Amino acid sequence: MDPVINHQLPSPATADAAIECRELSKKFGDFMAVDRISFHVQPGEIFGFLGANGAGKTTAMRMLCGLSYPSSGHATVAGFDVYREQEKIKQHIGYMSQKFSLYDDLTPLENIRFFGGVYGVAERVIKERSRELVQSLGLEKEANKLVGALPLGWKQKLAFAVALFHRPRIVFLDEPTGGVDPVTRRQFWDMIYEAAEKGVTIFVTTHYMDEAEYCDRVTIMVDGKIEALDTPVHLKHRFHCDNMDEVFYRLARTAQRSDA
Amino acid sequence: MKQLFVFIRKEFYHVFRDRRTLLILFGLPLVQILLFGYALTSEVKNIDLVVTNVSNDVLGQRLTNQLRSSAFFNVQEQPLSPTQIESAFKKGQIKAALIIPAGFSADFTKARHATLQLLTDGSEPNISKTVLQYVNAIVQDFQRAQQPVTSISPVITPEVRLLYNEEGNGSINYVPGVLALILMIVCTALTSVAVVREKETGTMEILLVSPFKPVMVLVAKAIPFLILSLANFAFILLLAVYLLQVPIAGSLLLLFIITLLFIATSLSFGLLISNATNSQQVALLISMMGLMLPTIIFTGFIFPLENMPLPFRWISNLVPAKWYYAAVRSVMLKGLGLADVWKEMSVLCGMTIVLLSITVKRFKIRLA
Amino acid sequence: MKRLRFILQKEFRQMFRDRTILAMMFMLPLIQLGILPLAMNLDVKHINLAIVDNDHSTYTQKLISKIGASGYFIIVTTAPAYKQALFTLENGTADIILEIPASFERNLIREGSQPLNVTVDAINGIKSGIGAAYLLTVIRDFNQDIRLLNNGQPVIAPAVIDTATSAWFNPYEKFTWYIVPGVLVLLLTLVGGFLSALNIVREKEIGTIEQINVTPVKKWQFILGKLVPFWVVGMIVLTVGLLVARLFYGIIPVGSLFLLYLLAAVYLIALLGFGLLVSTISNNQLQAMFIAFFFIMIFVLMSGLFTSVDSMPAWARTIAAGLPITHFMKAVRMIILKGSSFKDVLPVFIIEGLFAIGLNALAIWNYRKTQ
Repeated sequence: MDPVINHQLPSPATADAAIECRELSKKFGDFMAVDRISFHVQPGEIFGFLGANGAGKTTAMRMLCGLSYPSSGHATVAGFDVYREQEKIKQHIGYMSQKFSLYDDLTPLENIRFFGGVYGVAERVIKERSRELVQSLGLEKEANKLVGALPLGWKQKLAFAVALFHRPRIVFLDEPTGGVDPVTRRQFWDMIYEAAEKGVTIFVTTHYMDEAEYCDRVTIMVDGKIEALDTPVHLKHRFHCDNMDEVFYRLARTAQRSDA
Repeated sequence: MKQLFVFIRKEFYHVFRDRRTLLILFGLPLVQILLFGYALTSEVKNIDLVVTNVSNDVLGQRLTNQLRSSAFFNVQEQPLSPTQIESAFKKGQIKAALIIPAGFSADFTKARHATLQLLTDGSEPNISKTVLQYVNAIVQDFQRAQQPVTSISPVITPEVRLLYNEEGNGSINYVPGVLALILMIVCTALTSVAVVREKETGTMEILLVSPFKPVMVLVAKAIPFLILSLANFAFILLLAVYLLQVPIAGSLLLLFIITLLFIATSLSFGLLISNATNSQQVALLISMMGLMLPTIIFTGFIFPLENMPLPFRWISNLVPAKWYYAAVRSVMLKGLGLADVWKEMSVLCGMTIVLLSITVKRFKIRLA
Repeated sequence: MKRLRFILQKEFRQMFRDRTILAMMFMLPLIQLGILPLAMNLDVKHINLAIVDNDHSTYTQKLISKIGASGYFIIVTTAPAYKQALFTLENGTADIILEIPASFERNLIREGSQPLNVTVDAINGIKSGIGAAYLLTVIRDFNQDIRLLNNGQPVIAPAVIDTATSAWFNPYEKFTWYIVPGVLVLLLTLVGGFLSALNIVREKEIGTIEQINVTPVKKWQFILGKLVPFWVVGMIVLTVGLLVARLFYGIIPVGSLFLLYLLAAVYLIALLGFGLLVSTISNNQLQAMFIAFFFIMIFVLMSGLFTSVDSMPAWARTIAAGLPITHFMKAVRMIILKGSSFKDVLPVFIIEGLFAIGLNALAIWNYRKTQ
């Protein structure tokens, strides 16, 4: 499958890395959830994070978002340290979790307004941007309904829009298209590309291998370790596969703790 | 049968994995027994009483000393003006003030009639009434002691016998009440929430499409709570007997049977609630506010039922805990037998049958 | 500060959209204040007495009519024998049995002394204690009467001490006056405690807390945003409660309303801090409910709602002194019934203020944005 929009890979020399990770680990008791992972993500890059259930994707992402403390290793996000400067990181990132987490008992506009306000976006700007946003999402009719009453696809698009609302430099998406129909998924990726075009770095975990093809670069995690990191084209070439599905299957079947 | 066993084991995991809730389920009776048994006494002690002895004479001083020697009062002797007394009341420093007027001795010995003035803080009426009782008793004793003894004065000596509770143990009344309360929490609140949680998470649907009989789903849900209740029952009895030294006067077997009956009633209640609601929050609110409060109020274990307005006494008949409480009191504390509690037992039986049949009926309708 | 405004806006919106909370705000004060004060009556009246009169003399007639006239007792039965009377005690129709032995009058006149048997159902401590005390008082009075009667000859009448009493602030010593302010405090405590305890944990269960934790919102802003709406609910509940107290029971605060609200404001902050702390500790709503129930039960029982704190043993008084509710309970009664002034309740203000700061600081500290 070809990318929906022809996306240019940013050259590595344009800026400092958006995310930098060295030997980052997380231990729960004796269990190495994340085992010394290292990588860096360029600004404006769409960085795919693949792995079976339990491979450690979400744990790694939570550390980068400042939701959980690493056990060891180094990492910076938007230039800030994940040990000491979580709150500064939070100002510069957007986050969308795999569990839908906007407020069901607020309307889309109220949700936008709340999260915008929490990130310190000025009142005037909030009004302006939410008008644009509602328009571009085609949510005019639903703008004053409670979010709980919206179909899942729209909820996900709304959640993504909210994650981008304060114009963060990096957006973390944790399985953003889980349970969503193919048409909506396509629209969703259009939105992702649009954001990347504007220079937002996208860090996305996913199960769908066709989505992996849309990414600039892909890491595949197995049992808490990074087994492969490259562009989809190179990966397919290296493992002599036709598509990412096969690549993934080759690497993931060696997993000890997968439940997928 | 094997299926049922597998199912029950799953339910056990749910119940026993939440250690905090479990801890509270056994901490609750312990704390309640301790508080009811030792802290909440109906007797009135340590009352702050100011004696303003204006007379400053022999008898006045003697009376003050007599008051001081009583354990009921913390006596402070202070010459306070009425405004000072009022301000002390308002600050909540004293509960009562006794004013011994000028010329108290003379009034008593010469005019043979003296008057004391007792001011009490009526904002706590029970204390204020008790203060009057105590002061009166002390003053009467005092008055008698000051008279010359006449040769023939007939004396009635009342001999008081405390039945069922010879040491006058204040906590004895609360034990059946705590039992009723805890069983209600475990059987009704926990059960209803456990079922509703499965509805919320959608796992109930999975169970219902399994080849397992729907009624058995409910039975399996109820069994861990049944066992938990019996453990709590044993725990509370042990606390009562060894901590509070409340002996079990009647048959332990009968007590056990009555308790089983009450557990059945409460479980049916819990199942009915879970049937009628769809969210944990509503189930919790109904079982805590809708059942806990009536259980505390209408069993009569803290507040006497006969003091309540008539409609309340009617309502109390609908509260299962009231019947359980009455039966346990009769068997455990008074040592009565089956002949005296069959009425309470049949009421509980009737309630269980009604509740269960409504639940099963609703359950079937929902499935149809 | 600007962020706080957005947080508050969201919390208020959610709260006023929640029917349960709205219903609770207005129905709970009505129901609780409507029912509890009538049900929570520890006034001991109507003590049921069974009398076994084995003597049937003029003296026993006099004694029985004196007991009947005292107003404390209902003579439920005059049984012919102790056994029958005991039966009424077992089935609960009678609380106390008074047995007058045969030849009561004769023995009194001839021998000058005579025992009387009083048997008390001691299971209900309050009733048996006060009931027996009343009965003994009546018997003692009767004894005094017959002493005079018996002596006959005009010896010097004994000197008497009268005690003139007046109960201040509640001259008729009505129990409702005592219990209504208490129920008002109970109401505030239940509403504030449970609502706040269930709130944050609910966001945990739904998952929205993640979305909050990943924003740069300050911890104190989040906690304050939760606290303020519940505080407003508490003040509304207090207002409804005061109205009910006035309309149903005719209780109008003697002291300053402003003072009452001010104190309630501080107390609520302390209480809500406790609720939010519970909420940050718990993993799910059931757990939060149980933890809250456990503590609120202790608070209520130890608060002096219906038993006097002063009569508790020393260890229990120490615990009671460590609970915000105890001080608030006392101060509310002081302001409503006695008209105590700001200066009178100043210590309570200080104590509640410290609790408010401490409990909220704990809640903020215990709320973790990063695990």
